[in-house]
Amino acid sequence: MPDLLLELFSEEIPARMQAKAAEDLRRMVTDRLVAEGLVYEGAKAFATPRRLALTVHGIPARQPDLKQERKGPRVGGAEAAILGFLKATGLNSLDEAKIQRDPKGDFYIALTEKPGKPAVDVLAEILPLIIRTFPWPKQMRWGELSAKSSALTWVRPLHSIVATFGIETEEPEVVQFDLSGVSVGQTTYGHRFLAPDAIQVRRFDDYVAKLQAAKVVLDPERRKEIILADARQLTFAQGYELVEDPALLDEVAGLVEWPVVLMGSFDKDFLSIPDEVIRATIRANQKCFVVRDPKTQKLTNKFIITANIEASDGGTAIIAGNERVIRARLSDAKFFYETDLKTKLEDRLPKFEQIVFHEKLGWESDHVARVERLAVELALLINADPEKTKRAARLARADRLSEVVGEFPELQGIMGKYYLLAQGEDSSVAAASEEHYKPQGPTDWVPTNLVSVAVALADKLDALRGFWIIKEKPTGSKDPYALRRAALGVIRLILDNNLRLNLVELIWKLVRRGIQIDQHPSSEGKKHHLLLNVVVTNFVVEQKMLEFSEPVSEVAAQAEADKFASEFTSKIAADLLNYLAERLEGQLRDQGARHDLVKATIDGQDDLLMVVRRVEALGKFLDSDDGKNLLAGTKRANNILAIEEKKDKRKFDGAPDAALFKLDEEKALARAIAEVGPEASAAVAKEDFAGAMTAMAKLRPAVDAFFDKVKVNDDDAAVRENRLKLLNEIRAATRAVADFSKIQD
Amino acid sequence: MHSLPPHMRPERSFQGFILALQRFWAEQGCVILQPYDMEMGAGTFHPATTLRALGPKPWKAAYVQPSRRPKDGRYGENPNRLQHYYQFQVIMKPSPANLQDLYLQSLKAIGIDTALHDVRFVEDDWESPTLGAWGLGWECWCDGMEVSQFTYFQQVAGVECAPVAGELTYGLERLAMYVQGVDRVYDLNFNGRDGADKVTYGDVFLQAEQEYSRHNFEHADTTMLFEQFKMAEAACKKYLDAGWKGGKREEHLMALPAYDQCIKASHVFNLLDARGVISVTERQSYIMRVRELAKACGEAWVHTEAGSAA
Repeated sequence: MPDLLLELFSEEIPARMQAKAAEDLRRMVTDRLVAEGLVYEGAKAFATPRRLALTVHGIPARQPDLKQERKGPRVGGAEAAILGFLKATGLNSLDEAKIQRDPKGDFYIALTEKPGKPAVDVLAEILPLIIRTFPWPKQMRWGELSAKSSALTWVRPLHSIVATFGIETEEPEVVQFDLSGVSVGQTTYGHRFLAPDAIQVRRFDDYVAKLQAAKVVLDPERRKEIILADARQLTFAQGYELVEDPALLDEVAGLVEWPVVLMGSFDKDFLSIPDEVIRATIRANQKCFVVRDPKTQKLTNKFIITANIEASDGGTAIIAGNERVIRARLSDAKFFYETDLKTKLEDRLPKFEQIVFHEKLGWESDHVARVERLAVELALLINADPEKTKRAARLARADRLSEVVGEFPELQGIMGKYYLLAQGEDSSVAAASEEHYKPQGPTDWVPTNLVSVAVALADKLDALRGFWIIKEKPTGSKDPYALRRAALGVIRLILDNNLRLNLVELIWKLVRRGIQIDQHPSSEGKKHHLLLNVVVTNFVVEQKMLEFSEPVSEVAAQAEADKFASEFTSKIAADLLNYLAERLEGQLRDQGARHDLVKATIDGQDDLLMVVRRVEALGKFLDSDDGKNLLAGTKRANNILAIEEKKDKRKFDGAPDAALFKLDEEKALARAIAEVGPEASAAVAKEDFAGAMTAMAKLRPAVDAFFDKVKVNDDDAAVRENRLKLLNEIRAATRAVADFSKIQD
Repeated sequence: MHSLPPHMRPERSFQGFILALQRFWAEQGCVILQPYDMEMGAGTFHPATTLRALGPKPWKAAYVQPSRRPKDGRYGENPNRLQHYYQFQVIMKPSPANLQDLYLQSLKAIGIDTALHDVRFVEDDWESPTLGAWGLGWECWCDGMEVSQFTYFQQVAGVECAPVAGELTYGLERLAMYVQGVDRVYDLNFNGRDGADKVTYGDVFLQAEQEYSRHNFEHADTTMLFEQFKMAEAACKKYLDAGWKGGKREEHLMALPAYDQCIKASHVFNLLDARGVISVTERQSYIMRVRELAKACGEAWVHTEAGSAA
């Protein structure tokens, strides 16, 4: 079967867009082929800085014929309907229609066959469409044709297209289509400098080989392999080690068609700058790799360049040029670093009074002050040194105003650590500057230094609290303040460090002290109003209007204001806690734990760690036979109760009356509950959740036997009520460990 | 090129370097203009680029533009940073299909051999918030050094470019340093002579860098500058209003003088910014104000003879 070769040859495509563009091209072409009835055997797409290429092999030469059956009017139906039918189906007369009988009568049926088109014609239709609608993140117009609004757009000017279609043994056909004057045919070009001439290609095999000969490595994976292997070898040969950097490798492979790896060096004096700064300088500005000494793990004064040409002098000029640039960059970096060291970090803090944290949440300095206060409160709860925590919280972000961080924002925190150590701060205070931003994501590490933990929690909780109050919480697709990450960070900080924190109380307190209530009483004739505003940094985030028949006294107004503050706080705090619970579920799911048990255990709990312990114990219990049966029994009790409660429009709470027990199984169940209930509660109180589950297990035989032998809806109303009360006791007893009704089967 | 006397060769002298670029682009049919006689932050501000990029009429020009970046002054102590430097600017409308090739040939003309040096086009989307302009293109790298900016203008002064113009900006000092092989801008040979006849970039500009750094950071009269900003803004609006022929928004007769005031406002803002008297929040609003002027000038320009189809 024939194959398609497609190449879109353009000016340099941004490196970061190449991989997705290749994938988009493959997906769009193959999806359309399948939609047109052309099921292909395989497809692969590639990208270089100057081309997107696609090979699709095993495409049928023609579309299958399309058979259609169309029901028409009733035999002997109105003339207009029959004429319409003929016109719509293209039949010449009713003689060409079949007649079909169904229960409603005889109907005309038209059987038409739409012959499939040659695949090459289908391609000629779909390819220009795909090119015109290609989803580049940014596209542009160019040249003379850009005067018209219908001009073709592409990521950069598109120069020519190769589109051939055919079987291996024959000369392929060019897919003919018109695209704003861009030439379509069999011509492409080699490397911009090393082999710029036109090349004629037939199909994918000779295309790849001819490109290779013209100094173009088509496959980005192959280019990455070459760069990595050559870089490793060059560094190894000198007794060094390449500092690998997959993101940089991707980018560099997208900047060259013919990778040539070279090694340069810089003055050893620059090694006095922190490694991170050297690396950031060389990586961001030069897109070069750095090199380390395997013995010390410290950087050496070497770097790895990936050039795009085999230079006529073997690369001497390229190395010299890169060395000059890196020398200039490193002397800037050294100057910045040394300048930074002259200023104590606290001396930078006054500037925070002029930088907005968020319009509605005040200045950076306000945020720092809040974090400082909260971090100290947390330090007392988790046994971190409060003095060190206070200092760490105060200085943790101060490096943002340093020269080096201004140049390389990704070094924020790390530079703070260097500067704090240099100014003689305690090592845990210095560490907190870097560590309080952690964890940055689900796979990032979590700090264990308690000073860092306190500051990290305070920083994240303050942000969450603030954005929740001003109603800027994240939505499914939008999270501009990275609050999802902050929430997950809070959870991981607590769990990984086994922290005991009453989050309910803590969050309530944080929300409450972040808001003020403004009171605006007014009177109009006999009507008296009190307008209450929830205010944050001069912004009203919520309001409420109350009406009174008499003028409102100051005391009464204050009481209403307090009440409104509490209502608002409770609402916001509950919503934030719920969000944290959802993140906890997500976290447990990622760890393969029973995340559905979170909802069953979290009610009334204020301590995340205890929720997780409970979930663990409950998960194990539910895996056992006792657990499974008890869950089934409890659910059955719940179901019966739900039905009967609805029927009688009442609850069956209150203790059952022992005198009304008629059967042994009833008595046995009552005894088991009386025993298990307190035992489980006592174990829970001691945080012995496994013990609580063991106690629960004892309930199972009694519950099983009860449902086996006892008819709950006895004819005697008093006995029925008593039995329902007993069922209610099962539910109450199991609540000591979880709300079984919320567990999924 | 090698018929040139040694002191005129691009790899020997700064002035020879500029002459080589001018000659190259003159041969491509460009009008070789002289610098615009106003202070501006980049060659793009020259009306030969900003305004001529708009409208349907073809336009090819090249020129040197002294560029003033008051904040980049370093009192003459930094080997690369200057508050006054030169840009060489090329604009071609519509962008020719071989603009990349022309650019590479121009490098050859100034002594950069692409068989020896690694020249790369690295993504750089250009945007000028003050000019209400954006385009897509690249930074052009030579052996890891950014030597030029290459942009296909998509919008300028708030107006869609139809057709699109291609713009090239060469950082002259940086390129000349590379070609001459010096590490400090002040060591550039300006006139290509040796011994007592040699004039360096430092001879010409070092004192100016020191004096202007003092001026830009310490002494520029901010009261006057705030006033100048307001005056330039008001004048720009006034000339724009007065320029509409017969008061109808069909034909404009004074886009160029109005645009001069926009250039003025932009430079005054840069000076105020260097003096550190504009807060973070105010900064945004000043940029917006300049952009509004630029947009209004662009709107006027496309109603002039040179800016319209007529």
